[in-house]
Amino acid sequence: MKAHRRQPLYLAFLLHRLSGLGLALFLPFHFYVLALALESNAEFDQFLHWSASPLVKFAESGLVFLLAIHLFGGLRLLVLENLPWSDAHKNYAAMALAGGFFVACGFLLRAF
Amino acid sequence: MSDSPDSTKVPIAVRVWRGTPAGGAFEAFEVPQQSSQTILDVVTWIQRHLDASLSYRFACRVGMCGSCAMMVNGIPRWTCRTHVNKVMRDNRLTIEPLRNLPVIKDLACDMSEFFDKWKDSKGYFQGSTTRHESVSTLSPNSPQRRVADAATECINCAICYASCDVVNWNRDYLGPAALNRAWSLQNDERDSASRERLSLVAGDAGCHQCHSQQGCATYCPNELNPTASIAGLKRMVARAYVRGNIDRDGRKRNA
Repeated sequence: MKAHRRQPLYLAFLLHRLSGLGLALFLPFHFYVLALALESNAEFDQFLHWSASPLVKFAESGLVFLLAIHLFGGLRLLVLENLPWSDAHKNYAAMALAGGFFVACGFLLRAF
Repeated sequence: MSDSPDSTKVPIAVRVWRGTPAGGAFEAFEVPQQSSQTILDVVTWIQRHLDASLSYRFACRVGMCGSCAMMVNGIPRWTCRTHVNKVMRDNRLTIEPLRNLPVIKDLACDMSEFFDKWKDSKGYFQGSTTRHESVSTLSPNSPQRRVADAATECINCAICYASCDVVNWNRDYLGPAALNRAWSLQNDERDSASRERLSLVAGDAGCHQCHSQQGCATYCPNELNPTASIAGLKRMVARAYVRGNIDRDGRKRNA
């Protein structure tokens, strides 16, 4: 990474972008599974069986992390752009990251 | 510049970018360490003692004029106020011309586009009174004046411009300095070009391009916060849009 980008709020920007990209890539798969529920009960049951495996549950917690970090990061940006300026944006970015981990770990604990 | 090289210390290994718009490469120099030595001292020492053809720009040497900014170990800095011992890593320095600006020669950049963007965003005061009218009375404590004052100490060094990735991605983007200046003027109660300026900064190359990475605020040597100014402009544009004072494409609706 270039030297001028090594600062916390650039990393917050990068994380927001990458999590958004990850979710966008996941979305077609998500719609495909929804379509299975409508069109093919047998294939959908097969998918549910596959998704109950520990590895998939673990991967799913990663997806939840992406979703949570993107949500909290988006809230931070809404605060930045719509409320009077605060100098605490590094703290907000750290809170967004911590919130993402908290939600993902919570999901993981409930999954097993 | 201190003229007392410290012979007990290892010389600094300096890589300086040399070239023209056609291309260039790094050239290595060894510069003796001195007490209270700045990056500008290093560059000046090279020009005086090793290669008189090295081109760079400076004027005041006290952090007032904003002309000596360069990339130092990959980060844009005002070189006259940057001490070597604060930024040197493993006794090495890499000095390059400012990012995002075309090179003239070696470390000297062409600042034309930077200043053109100030003009493009109407970054100058436009009064509505004449010398025959009484002088405006401004309270330094009014909330609007405080906001204007917070953004007003820019020295035009282009460090924010060099640190901004959006400038790099979109060459038309007005950039943090021009938008910061616009925000300062938008909050000047005496200025009469507020609506016109707002329409200029609301366009495709304006404030809405900012991704709030905050490199500008991180590296501004005067500790200004252009990101905060740009966020203020975004709010101002949104309010104007809701009230019907500005078109969706950023052009003014009412003269």
